[in-house]
Amino acid sequence: MPTEAKRKVYFDNMANTPPDHRVIETMLLQTKEAFGNPLNIHDFGEKTAEVIESSRKNVAELIGATPAEIIFTSCGSESNNFAIRGIAKAYEKKGKHIISSAIEHFSVLQVLKALEKEGFKVTYLPVDKNGVINSQAVAKAITPETILVTLTHASNEIGTIEPIAEIGKIVKDKGIIFHVDAVQTAGTIPLNVAEFQVDALTLSANLFYGPTGIAALYLKKGTRIVPFLVGGTQEEGKRAGTQNIPGISGMGKAAELAKQEMNARSEKLIPLRDRLLKGLTEKIDDFFITGHPTNRLPGHASGVVKYIEGESMSMLLNMEGIAVSTGSACVSKALKASHVVLALGVSPEDAHGSLVFSMGKDASVEDVDYVLAKLPPIVKRLREMSPLYPKKKGAK
Amino acid sequence: MVEQYNPTVMDHFMHPRNMGDMENPDGVGHIGNPQCGDIMEMYIKVKDNVIIDVKFKTFGCGAAIASSSIVTELVKGKTIEEALKITNQQVVDALGGLPPIKRHCSVLGEDALKSAIDDYLKKTTGKGIEGWQPHEEEEHAH
Ligand code: FES
Repeated sequence: MPTEAKRKVYFDNMANTPPDHRVIETMLLQTKEAFGNPLNIHDFGEKTAEVIESSRKNVAELIGATPAEIIFTSCGSESNNFAIRGIAKAYEKKGKHIISSAIEHFSVLQVLKALEKEGFKVTYLPVDKNGVINSQAVAKAITPETILVTLTHASNEIGTIEPIAEIGKIVKDKGIIFHVDAVQTAGTIPLNVAEFQVDALTLSANLFYGPTGIAALYLKKGTRIVPFLVGGTQEEGKRAGTQNIPGISGMGKAAELAKQEMNARSEKLIPLRDRLLKGLTEKIDDFFITGHPTNRLPGHASGVVKYIEGESMSMLLNMEGIAVSTGSACVSKALKASHVVLALGVSPEDAHGSLVFSMGKDASVEDVDYVLAKLPPIVKRLREMSPLYPKKKGAK
Repeated sequence: MVEQYNPTVMDHFMHPRNMGDMENPDGVGHIGNPQCGDIMEMYIKVKDNVIIDVKFKTFGCGAAIASSSIVTELVKGKTIEEALKITNQQVVDALGGLPPIKRHCSVLGEDALKSAIDDYLKKTTGKGIEGWQPHEEEEHAH
């Protein structure tokens, strides 16, 4: 149902960001010009190869890698699948133990579940109430059988930034492969693969104002991996198939812009995020923040509105032109509340009322204030319907 | 997400009928489990075997709110026997259909009503609805 709201506030940038207009222009141009098959030795092919390689360089520079260490893929989920399965299989003779956490994306968890069926053992580390993975817990979980540690840099649901550099040092000392799912952080906050001592890292263009359908896997030189697609020499033979040229050109441009504008974007978003979190806490009783209160992604505000359900809230917000996400069981196909919110120790009942507001680089104070004006009456209305809302005197 | 619901469902979600508390209800129904998220309460007032008033409260998704709202419309003015014949399929039909994944929310509507009637019968006759059990958890899940 289309809504009639005049103002549109898109606060679902952890799901997808709108491509920057400069990215779109680059893609338009390269769709027209770079059509020759890059494997073929003619000017047309060469032109395409140049576009791909200059994008690869931009992506590498965004994370402090060398271009040869970047493999283009089709999405963050593919990169996660590729990295975890490809590395586990390449190193399985060394051992069959993998360490991960309770707050990973499904594209990590499902691969791990599949590997468990194939005889691998996986340790899922818990997080504290702010969603932080304890680096000492990683150290303790390591066994002589451990071949891979795979962790998120920040979960889209709670925004907490994990101590990846600390963990990288521990993992490196033991000579274990370290993969990081940086879908929510690459292009958003500073990230350097050498500093973090990671061997593999997933990043995706659609989370930093690039197009959908294009992502990358950073694989440190010398790290072994079983190819994801075979049948061609593209991407060093690790991911065969003619590349998504428009997508790659767009990702390259988005990476270049992200590197230049990252600090300015964060400087703008952090105060907006804090204004929203403060406003929600003040204006809604029985609201609590999920994720770390301060050490979190710049545009990410999330929390739980107790006694009501997230789908109802997001539908009513949508009527006002506001787009958000929820971790409610009612929107999941499995009818299960978000495993990430539950991992914080939040009860399944409270997890129903979880909301994620993820602001993009073009968000404004007016957007935040609009949300702060529209949400409290929605909460009041749904709470009047809720059998759980305690009839507290003077409750807002 | 919003696209899945038809205008009737949206209307009941946006303007729920008979929502709220009831003073001195003759029967109170409580159904659901916070584990799977859905909680519904239904209150009925009965006079001469006819349900003369009904109210509900729901903690759940849009479909759950719409289902409880329409159940109250279906049941008002019906005798206890007539009300007992209401099924979740009738709830779905009255709403003009629900997305398949949301059908379990209509089951909750049926169960909340029956739970209220069960309570009323227990209070007045000492015996609940014969052979009635709320639907099992498994049927709610997919
Ligand atoms: S109440 Fe949870 S899906 Fe309907």
